[in-house]
Amino acid sequence: MSRAPGSVGIVEAQRAVFDEPLALSSGATLSQFELTYETYGRLNAERSNAILVCHALNASHHVAGVYARQPDSEGWWDNMIGPGKPVDTERFFVIGVNNIGSCFGSTGPMSINPATGQPWGSDFPIVTVEDWVDGQARLADRLGIERFAAVMGGSLGGMQALAWATRYPHRIANALAIAAAPNLSAQNIAFNEVARAAILTDPDFHEGHFYAHGVKPVRGLRVARMIGHITYISDEQMGEKFGRQLREGIKYSFDPEFEIESYLRYQGEKFSEYFDANTYLRITKALDYFDPARATGGDLAKALAPAKARFLVISFTTDWRFSPARAREIVKALVDNRRDVSYAEIVAPFGHDAFLLDTPQYHAVVRAYLARALQP
Amino acid sequence: MTLSMRPDFSTIAGWIAPDARILDLGCGDGSLLAHLRESRGATGYGIEIDDAGVLASIGNRVNVIQSDLETGLAGFDDQSFDSVILSQTLQAMHRIESIVAEMLRVGREAIVSFPNFGHWSHRAQVLLGRMPVSQSLPYQWYDTPNVHLCTVADFDAFCAERRFRVNERVVLHDARRVQFMPNLLGSLAIYRFRGA
Repeated sequence: MSRAPGSVGIVEAQRAVFDEPLALSSGATLSQFELTYETYGRLNAERSNAILVCHALNASHHVAGVYARQPDSEGWWDNMIGPGKPVDTERFFVIGVNNIGSCFGSTGPMSINPATGQPWGSDFPIVTVEDWVDGQARLADRLGIERFAAVMGGSLGGMQALAWATRYPHRIANALAIAAAPNLSAQNIAFNEVARAAILTDPDFHEGHFYAHGVKPVRGLRVARMIGHITYISDEQMGEKFGRQLREGIKYSFDPEFEIESYLRYQGEKFSEYFDANTYLRITKALDYFDPARATGGDLAKALAPAKARFLVISFTTDWRFSPARAREIVKALVDNRRDVSYAEIVAPFGHDAFLLDTPQYHAVVRAYLARALQP
Repeated sequence: MTLSMRPDFSTIAGWIAPDARILDLGCGDGSLLAHLRESRGATGYGIEIDDAGVLASIGNRVNVIQSDLETGLAGFDDQSFDSVILSQTLQAMHRIESIVAEMLRVGREAIVSFPNFGHWSHRAQVLLGRMPVSQSLPYQWYDTPNVHLCTVADFDAFCAERRFRVNERVVLHDARRVQFMPNLLGSLAIYRFRGA
């Protein structure tokens, strides 16, 4: 089997079915659920080298490698994970898992509701970061992993790493929270609300039961993705990449004339083809709700007090969605608890998306940190 | 990763109680904290602005927080450390008074070391009309990061004016303690003091 250098090569998704009910934060219960996941590398005999990679809004369990006969199907964090890469699959057993409520195989709004025999649609419960983490813990049990060497993720994935550290303090040795925040700001919730409004007001949404109508609220999804995309990149980067460039001069029309317009439309179009609207609604809600300090009267240090893991917190200078100031709040709360924490603020012009890119200092920091992660 | 062992480290380590909580400002590659961890069981954090230092500290398994000291120590609560250390960094800082005030706010004591500008070799070079270049001040005037050089006598006066209680003052040259005319014969000064 040939594979690109540093790639984990051809990978295959796996499924795990759980018949034990899962109680959700909302009060609802999933009587049974299924998780789709991938693994790379080998679990060692002590079962101590597992790293869980948590995904953000639109990603999935397909973190690294490619699918057979689909050369363009590279995983979303392939630059980070693989043999000899910062998350070295020669040393670590890496797990990517699709979260509950998502649309890439795990139980979600597109799955069949056992009570009705129809797709769940809007009836699928609203899930939270904590629910995802509980689901991931079930998968860890199934794979025989008592304690992760690390749980890591960017953005919403970093929030899951935080939730892991407080919810299962004895099951996680290291938490890597990258481009993350202790909760969303009002501005962030506002962006999410505009995205949701775009979907909810699309006539093809049909109150979330559009599957039965044979349509998809693609217009709403497109606008939702366009808004999201604006917030993932920095003004500086957008200016550099697109500026005020026109495609074919000014035509005094509403067709895409500026390059940035055409780029956003392309991104929206592509996204609406593969992403589920009910999932988008739910994942943005999970983001909005995440706030560990809500239970402790706004005291983040108190909320993180149960954590025992060592932490690596990383932010990016031009990330205005999850800014360095928000990452420093996490760091301060950990310092207040006398936890082991390192914090790197990476100079990168790419905005929030920087966590997916391979800025040398960023990858070097993750590599150096994980190189010592297996030490007691 | 090999750790560098600077001449002030063993003096500083001698002042650190076992299992103390330490904040090391301008921690570089984290070697002082690693040394204090090994020799005293100390815990705590380093603060470093430079990317290479942050990376090296992480490689040394030292807790490092990337931050600009000139903006203060806002991420740290009052009196949350046993000692706050500023090892051979003072001379490169712009806002000396505010960082010393911050050190005494977050720590029960401050430990500061700096190259002694009063060493005879520096005085001799100035007398000959040149800016000093030496083992302790290895930079040319045009590329030096040092902006606030001082002498042992200057720092004594600085502490006295603010009524800081100086518990220890060690002046070294070639890693040996200088007791006789330290401001003339010493090249590296290390102070341990508390607030007024």
